[in-house]
Amino acid sequence: MLLIPCPYCGDRPEIEFRGGGEAHIARPSDPQTIDDQAWAEFLFYRTNPKGLMAERWNHAHGCQRWFNALRDTVSDRILESYKMGEKPIGGGRA
Amino acid sequence: MRRFSLKSLISEAFNAHQGWERQWRTPEPKAAYDAVIVGGGGHGLATAYYLAKEHGITNIAVIEKGWLGGGNTGRNTTIIRSNYLYEESEAIYEHAMKLWAGLSQELNYNVMYSQRGVLMLAHNSHDVQSFKRHVYANRLAGIDNEWLTPDEAKEFCPPLNISPDLRYPIVGAALQRRGGVARHDAVAWGFARGADAMGVDILQNCEVTGFRRDAGGAIEGVETSKGYIATRRVGVVAAGHTSVVMARAGLRMPLESFPLQALVSEPVKPVFPCVVMSNAVHAYISQSDKGELVIGAGTDQYISYSQQGGLHVPIHTLDAICELFPQFSRMRMLRSWGGIVDVTPDRSPIIGKTPIPGLYVNCGWGTGGFKATPGSGNVFAWTIAKGEPHPINAPFTLDRFRTGRLIDEAAAAAVAH
Repeated sequence: MLLIPCPYCGDRPEIEFRGGGEAHIARPSDPQTIDDQAWAEFLFYRTNPKGLMAERWNHAHGCQRWFNALRDTVSDRILESYKMGEKPIGGGRA
Repeated sequence: MRRFSLKSLISEAFNAHQGWERQWRTPEPKAAYDAVIVGGGGHGLATAYYLAKEHGITNIAVIEKGWLGGGNTGRNTTIIRSNYLYEESEAIYEHAMKLWAGLSQELNYNVMYSQRGVLMLAHNSHDVQSFKRHVYANRLAGIDNEWLTPDEAKEFCPPLNISPDLRYPIVGAALQRRGGVARHDAVAWGFARGADAMGVDILQNCEVTGFRRDAGGAIEGVETSKGYIATRRVGVVAAGHTSVVMARAGLRMPLESFPLQALVSEPVKPVFPCVVMSNAVHAYISQSDKGELVIGAGTDQYISYSQQGGLHVPIHTLDAICELFPQFSRMRMLRSWGGIVDVTPDRSPIIGKTPIPGLYVNCGWGTGGFKATPGSGNVFAWTIAKGEPHPINAPFTLDRFRTGRLIDEAAAAAVAH
């Protein structure tokens, strides 16, 4: 089980959280004009990286807030978490 | 290839079994092949086998970065059934089911296919409605599936606890009598042996690191850890690593890779006659011929390539197993593990062409690909040989995520399957 650093509550066990998948996928800003392939890519296509991944988490059984985390999908080690709208510092947590 | 027969078994019994040859060669890669299959699991090896057997294309390499059947083929719970809801799914899983029936004879290799019946438990009125709909849909398609009362389910599977005192009592069950299990390793080995005998080169410990394309964009070869191999046709059958391999060709995929966990108990005498699965409380259980209870747990909720997951996931399944089969509550579990499954948004596979000419993909089998192994390889071989999909896999395009023509088994089963 992962120990997930909620930026609001601190380290909590994974069972308190709901995974939200890949982070930073922006909804198309001009939905009237984009074609079906662009919609498919927004809705269904994912990077699914082997290595560093930015993903969303919801602290469902805690503060209930959404945030992002940077995790290595090979070791499952979480390098850092950051609030919505923020950018990862990229150097890992001290 | 020396065939297995009663005569060869008897003669080897008097020869201290010294005369058996290696089941497949360990060749060096050639400079060029007519087709290259990326991934030496059950699906990839079956693809190579049927390409050689049914389409006469024998100058093939199967490139595997690890060892044969070392991924999900060797990690799944070996359940075989074809009682899916939608016609497209029924067609492909039933195609596989019919191939399973004759596979040991076809391969001259005992895959230990045992049609002991797959029982799906219903615990609430939604389950009842959904499973009855499956039963009727399957019957219309000529696929056996029947509805059982709790007493009939108990008669079919005596260890089952049908007490009304359960937290989620059993209110009925759907039974596919032709369903069952097979020996997973033997499936990979049997296809490998058969393909090798027809001239297919199986290259283990060889990783595809890139693709070369010609001026028109079509595939002209693959870069591997053992050097460059020229080929005009590549079939990617890399399961959980499909996104990684396809990214090397510059393609993104509608896939996410999750750890799916399973575990086995200590081996005991025969106590469990069939396969039982429950979507509502999430449990999959059968007994292997070796005597272990083989238990399938769920997927972890995050993308991972670690081939392991959180302990709370199998514990959740064991809670359900102990409730359904109280006599197993004191059994010891021997080991648990994870496999990386590639899941599509509609929980149906992708089998067919890609935007790159010469590049084909067979992926997205998610948590339930083992049952389809021979059928999947069979139609994928057709697709690679003819450059067009077989009618059975024609609906399973990559393009369906653009057109919206999904095959939504995710909603049909309401659970990963």
